[in-house]
Amino acid sequence: MTEKIATREAYGQALAELGKQHADIVVLDADLSCSTKTNTFAKKFPDRFFNMGVAEQNMIGWAAGLAASGHVPFASSFAVFATARAFDQLRNSVALPGLNVKVAASHAGLSVGPDGASHQAIEDIALTRLLPNFTVVVPADGPQAGLATRAVYAHQGPVYLRLGRPKVESIIKDTSFTIGQAQLLRPGSDAAIIACGTMVHEACQAAEFLARDNISVRVVNMHTIKPLDAEAVLAAARETRVLLTAEEHSIIGGLGSAVAETLAEAGIGIPFKRIGVNDSFGESGEPDELFHKFGLDAENIVRQVKGLL
Amino acid sequence: MAFELNPDPGFLSRQALVIRRDIINMLGRAGSGHTGGSLSMTDLITALYFAELKHDPTNPAWPDRDRFLLSKGHGAPALYAVLARTGYFSVENLSTLRQLGSSLQGHPDMNKSPGIECSTGSLGQGLSMACGMAMAARLRESGPAYRVYTLLGDGELNEGQVWEAAMSAAHYGLDNLCALVDCNGLQIDGETCRIMNSEPLADKWKAFGWNVISINGHDFNEILSALARARAAVRQPTVILAKTVKGKGVSFIENQVSWHGIAPKPDEVKKALEELK
Repeated sequence: MTEKIATREAYGQALAELGKQHADIVVLDADLSCSTKTNTFAKKFPDRFFNMGVAEQNMIGWAAGLAASGHVPFASSFAVFATARAFDQLRNSVALPGLNVKVAASHAGLSVGPDGASHQAIEDIALTRLLPNFTVVVPADGPQAGLATRAVYAHQGPVYLRLGRPKVESIIKDTSFTIGQAQLLRPGSDAAIIACGTMVHEACQAAEFLARDNISVRVVNMHTIKPLDAEAVLAAARETRVLLTAEEHSIIGGLGSAVAETLAEAGIGIPFKRIGVNDSFGESGEPDELFHKFGLDAENIVRQVKGLL
Repeated sequence: MAFELNPDPGFLSRQALVIRRDIINMLGRAGSGHTGGSLSMTDLITALYFAELKHDPTNPAWPDRDRFLLSKGHGAPALYAVLARTGYFSVENLSTLRQLGSSLQGHPDMNKSPGIECSTGSLGQGLSMACGMAMAARLRESGPAYRVYTLLGDGELNEGQVWEAAMSAAHYGLDNLCALVDCNGLQIDGETCRIMNSEPLADKWKAFGWNVISINGHDFNEILSALARARAAVRQPTVILAKTVKGKGVSFIENQVSWHGIAPKPDEVKKALEELK
């Protein structure tokens, strides 16, 4: 059993460490700092932490103003509020001028669990991917979230960093992280699964199961949804027989859509399946129960791969 | 070198006349745009750029400059005219307003023209950005070297984000922040008191913890004295509620709801310029 750490936890730690090295970092939160883990930074650097109360739109505006003044603001809240609630602010105050604002949102996807549909962001990747100038990063595990936080700081321009609530297994061995560069986690020639976030773990498990049936599955960690590593997508399509995407997000507008667009424009026809939340809202339940019910678990991925082959 | 300010009311009146003529010419040429709200805010923005802001048109990125954010982005023609007349870019450039490829977009774009501190147009967002800038001034090791000003419309106050921002500015005691509200009493669909009544405005801002100053937004003595009082505020942001006349200066545009979002036609340009002498 490997170490388990939540991506939000790793973000909070990395942010506090970065704060020590870089005086230009400021952090904003909307009354959720204990959950988004920005409270670690807040304790260390109280003068550079601004709690906005439950006011996400204003938080994004403050972040834009701070960025326009040379600071590097990280603005955190739950994914559903940081993106959907403040979408017009992300669009007009941040994306349009291309300001160097980092929106680092936790509690993305169904794995929020018992809080239910109102708190389970399944559209945040689509929303942020849609915005010109935005980069969208979805780390697969805790250590990668720490690396991603550093990369996001170093990147110039608006970024959406998607983080989760539950502790997740640390599965990525690679200690390098380059925005826009997918990671090949497992070679394979029969099927390829392109996954992001928590679904990378499910995809790896599915690949293990399928290996027992002599089905060779490539797993790609597409930790950056935008800009998408089109080369990795096309290579997977060329070198395997069927292609699947897996994301803890609606199958509309997210990773699956981005991959489908890339394939279609390259003129590649290949049996293809998007695994994700199929045009519905989530509900209350434990993360594993929800993953099972909504078909995000390794078991369903196995079924889908076999169905395509 | 910092722009030389001149607080003489007579001088400012003459400048405001030039700005109003620019607005009419620009909008007439563009064929679209917001005439009423540009004219109502003219005296406020003229006072700011010619008599209040520490700024340098030859060095728009001067770190110590005061910031001005036009939260009511549709008043862009007035901002552009003031920027041109203080030397940020050529007056000839004003004639490109709203044209393809122009640096003067329909609503202000900070990446397309010098002197524009933030991109606005979607109402209610400027005050939040102004708060961020005011806090950034305070974070400087040497202490705040600049003040931040933002201009909102009274219709814009319908937006909830304005009040989120108002709460946060008072909470953080941003005394280097000054908001001005162009209270022209009209919004697109009609009188503000009938569309969405926001009165009593002064009481609302006071209740949110602001230093509130109510003035006639067309009287330069009152505008300058309010700006001076704002500078003296301690641990408290200031809002200047400026009573204005929408379309101020052109009789057939004044107080006409229909003139919110339209531009004068050629004969109307001529008539308006005859009045603006």
